[in-house]
Amino acid sequence: MKIVIPVDEKTLDSGVCASFGRAPYFLIYDMETKENNFIDNPAAKSTGGAGIKAAQLIIDNGAKALLTPRLGQNAAEVLEAAEIKLYKSIDAPAGKNIEAFVAGELPVLKEIHAGFHRHGGR
Amino acid sequence: MKIAVLSGKGGTGKTLVAVNFAAVSKGSVYMDCDVEEPNGHLFFKPVEILEEEISVKIPQADSELCDGCRRCVDFCNFNALAYIKDKLIVFDDVCHSCGGCVLVCPNGALTERDKVIGKVKKGGSGDVTVWTGILNTGEATGVPIINRLLAAEELRSGTPVFIDCPPGSACIVMESIKDADYCVLVAEPTLFGVHNLNMVYELVNLFGKPFGVILNKCLEGEENPAEKFCLEKDIKILGRIPFDSELGLLNSNGHIAAIEDEKYGKMFSSLLEEVIKEVPNETTAYS
Repeated sequence: MKIVIPVDEKTLDSGVCASFGRAPYFLIYDMETKENNFIDNPAAKSTGGAGIKAAQLIIDNGAKALLTPRLGQNAAEVLEAAEIKLYKSIDAPAGKNIEAFVAGELPVLKEIHAGFHRHGGR
Repeated sequence: MKIAVLSGKGGTGKTLVAVNFAAVSKGSVYMDCDVEEPNGHLFFKPVEILEEEISVKIPQADSELCDGCRRCVDFCNFNALAYIKDKLIVFDDVCHSCGGCVLVCPNGALTERDKVIGKVKKGGSGDVTVWTGILNTGEATGVPIINRLLAAEELRSGTPVFIDCPPGSACIVMESIKDADYCVLVAEPTLFGVHNLNMVYELVNLFGKPFGVILNKCLEGEENPAEKFCLEKDIKILGRIPFDSELGLLNSNGHIAAIEDEKYGKMFSSLLEEVIKEVPNETTAYS
């Protein structure tokens, strides 16, 4: 199973990026092979709909779970349609988050924010 | 004669100027293009003549015809489309209704449906015709509503039209000024005000529109950064509106100052005369 974490830098010591859609990179960790792979996030620079595009990207890269501090409504809709499991990351480097996930210590992400563009409207 | 009133930020006095100009002109049209927060109607309290819903086109996919090539997903500059588990997901609120996805689909799997995003209202207030655009909360863009407003037949009749623009310098402002004969920039005497004045200054230059500035909230004897900016850039200063609590009070109570008090009527009439002098090819006096 592949898990994905939005990261600020391409290292396991990187902090988890506060934004999912506009994270510069994603860390893809394969639990079977224990391999780490960092990919660029082209959605980071998009004018709008970054969460949608980033969600499509990680789904296309075979993600089955996402560890993130927060997630917008549109991204959540895409990820849920693909049955991606959502977990809330902890305030620790990406590598520590992988360890916490493997140990079953990360809670399921329940709070989905309305996105930053609509300011919670509707 | 179509005069657009704009500013880089909210709260500088666009509506104050546009409403009072319309009120002191004979048989004018006041057009509220600030569709995200139209408030000119609060002053005119127009008697409604018509209301019309405004729709845009949103794509929908026929899953029988869609083969999942994703050309539409890749094409969409706003990322309004996702393709998940052999199904296209359309995000209505993100879609800007450009119609590009329908054009690039090689299988004819995409068609368009109507989605209501807001409405326009036309009303009468004395001899002023009041048009108001209203964008529903959460919609991507008010441009289609502004296009409908600017297609109003009164705009072809030669009567004076005052276009109350949205704040800022984004697409909806560009759309609001595109047919204007002249642009009035309303500026506040603050550094923040200057920063935002510069944004609309660049915009009207880009559009090649003739323009001038009205300095609002002027304090006598105090430094005015907006005035300094105008002098540096050699921008025409059309006039000054004082920082006046009486004017502010009338306005915040939803009164049209030019109608309530003769001295403000005179002030806005003479300001408007200055504007009309600057409008290219404008020979008729309106006040």
